[in-house]
Amino acid sequence: MATHHEHDYSATGEVPKPQTKAIWRTFIILVGLTAIEFLFAFTMESSTLRNAIFIILTVFKAFYIVAEFMHLKHETKALIWSILIPLVLVVWLMVALIAEGSYYYDSITNYFK
Amino acid sequence: MSTSTTLEAPNSGTWDGGNEPLKASYGKLMMWFFLLSDAFTFGAFLIVYGLARHRHTPYTGEPEAFTFSTEWWPIPEKVFNAFPGLHGMDLPLAFVALMTMILILSSVTMVLAVEAGHRMDKNDVQKWLLWTILFGATFLGCQAWEWSHFIAGTEEGMLLADGSRIYGASLLANQYGPVLFADAFFFITGFHGFHVFIGWTLLIIAFISTVNGVYHKRGHYEMVEKIGLYWHFVDLVWVFVFTFFYLI
Repeated sequence: MATHHEHDYSATGEVPKPQTKAIWRTFIILVGLTAIEFLFAFTMESSTLRNAIFIILTVFKAFYIVAEFMHLKHETKALIWSILIPLVLVVWLMVALIAEGSYYYDSITNYFK
Repeated sequence: MSTSTTLEAPNSGTWDGGNEPLKASYGKLMMWFFLLSDAFTFGAFLIVYGLARHRHTPYTGEPEAFTFSTEWWPIPEKVFNAFPGLHGMDLPLAFVALMTMILILSSVTMVLAVEAGHRMDKNDVQKWLLWTILFGATFLGCQAWEWSHFIAGTEEGMLLADGSRIYGASLLANQYGPVLFADAFFFITGFHGFHVFIGWTLLIIAFISTVNGVYHKRGHYEMVEKIGLYWHFVDLVWVFVFTFFYLI
């Protein structure tokens, strides 16, 4: 909450008006991205390109959830990087195991041929 | 706690505890790092799904001619095409679309509750927490239906080489394709559903505390914020489960 200023509302007893414009904007973006995903799911044949589109749209959705809803965009730089840098390990694991899965498939299908 | 026991001024220097480089409270930081570790768990689950999928033959024929077989990995649109109350109709991904919408909506009501907490608006926090609890319960109900349908299977089932048929799914065999397909479904969506259930329980506790004025007396609604972080993470995981399990 680096940008959030503390106010003592309880002292005055008055409750300020809600500021929800950014929240609903994020909601509309998330719904829009999901709708686009469904559009591709029904109008496009399954292919590597379609999968790539799905993954890119998913990363966009993830960005909006983490940055806006979880408020990470408004935290300090040090906190943002402490969360994001370790996730590189997940990307590495993904590349390694999917390559391994393809190799495993190739080797057992050739072995038992 | 007690102010009379110490006359020491609070530490303010960089090296004696007065430094706060991340500008976030202890509880929120710990929630962030817990969620990071949880992201590894779910990452590993989804990556193993990818591994299992690459280890099996993909279906290469026409989508219209698709039949369930242990020879190839099933097309998700052909597996998840049922909707409660609309028996026998082919509605690919319609129910999972509904579930996705419910979870995104619950995330929005959660962030509205957090926003109301910043304004110390007890009534609004209650209202939005209640909406979040409602959407969370609906999502869990949807998942229960999805599971029971997946386990019970379709009327046609899968025709085996010896002429017999298998219906539905268990951890040992399933009508949709390779054994690992149903195993991955149970583990990934089950572990996600378990997270939703934990978050839902936390939301109920937070709602009761809010109604009792616990957070108002404390002077801040940080607990709602921490539970909010967890709840958004559950939504985030669903976004990935949805893409890798249902779309690709």
